[in-house]
Amino acid sequence: MAIAVRLTRAAQPPRRYTGPVIPLFAIGPAPLEVDRIAAALAGAASADADGAVVTFLGLVRNHNMGRRVRYLEYEAYEPLALKAFERIAREVEERWPDARLALHHRLGRLDVGEASVAIVVRSPHRGNAYAACRYAIERVKQIVPVWKREFFDGGDVWIEGATANPDDERARAEAERVACA
Amino acid sequence: MRVTVRLFARLRDIAGASELSRDTTPGATIGEIWRDLAREFPELAGYERSISTAVNADYARMDRVVSEGDEVAFLPPVSGG
Repeated sequence: MAIAVRLTRAAQPPRRYTGPVIPLFAIGPAPLEVDRIAAALAGAASADADGAVVTFLGLVRNHNMGRRVRYLEYEAYEPLALKAFERIAREVEERWPDARLALHHRLGRLDVGEASVAIVVRSPHRGNAYAACRYAIERVKQIVPVWKREFFDGGDVWIEGATANPDDERARAEAERVACA
Repeated sequence: MRVTVRLFARLRDIAGASELSRDTTPGATIGEIWRDLAREFPELAGYERSISTAVNADYARMDRVVSEGDEVAFLPPVSGG
């Protein structure tokens, strides 16, 4: 089991985004504010044509692979993560041209029940909104450089999932298959 | 020629540093920088087939030639969401 190396963290609480509008794509320690993310997406042109909003929140679960999870610590290669979010948005636009999305990921220590990722999708019709939202979270798990370290009863471990390769067409096709199942 | 190496998650724990400065010869590839690192930190070697790599915050392949001042990142398998 990995030995924990404590990182020095800023003592002040994570800052929220100030100002009336928050970005459509963001990654950082701020708590996820899904209503404001949805409002930012609603502010775009053509919002009156939308008939559906689908929201996905990923939460820290209290168990994983038989372990009792105490909390998670997330880190990222932030500039590349933001580019990956924008790439996912372009892929969504190619596949579902009438859908638009916003995507925020949180970093730092997150306790059980807290939200780590928020995705909001708008579309004229619910079918495309649901599919695009599911596609987006599958792609987050495939190609966004974010890592979680799980602290459980008895130890801690880095979780390692997919080898990130945005050009892997098979992974992309699998995300689309899941989204449209 | 100098480049900055960025390491994340368990790779950082193995090397004991999130950022390293490394001298390379002109024409060196990401793969050559990785193999030098893996000689220095043998535990990294097991990641050879599962890492992703980036140059200046864009995904890049192992055969990419690096330039003076580049930031070369080594990324273990991701686990966001």
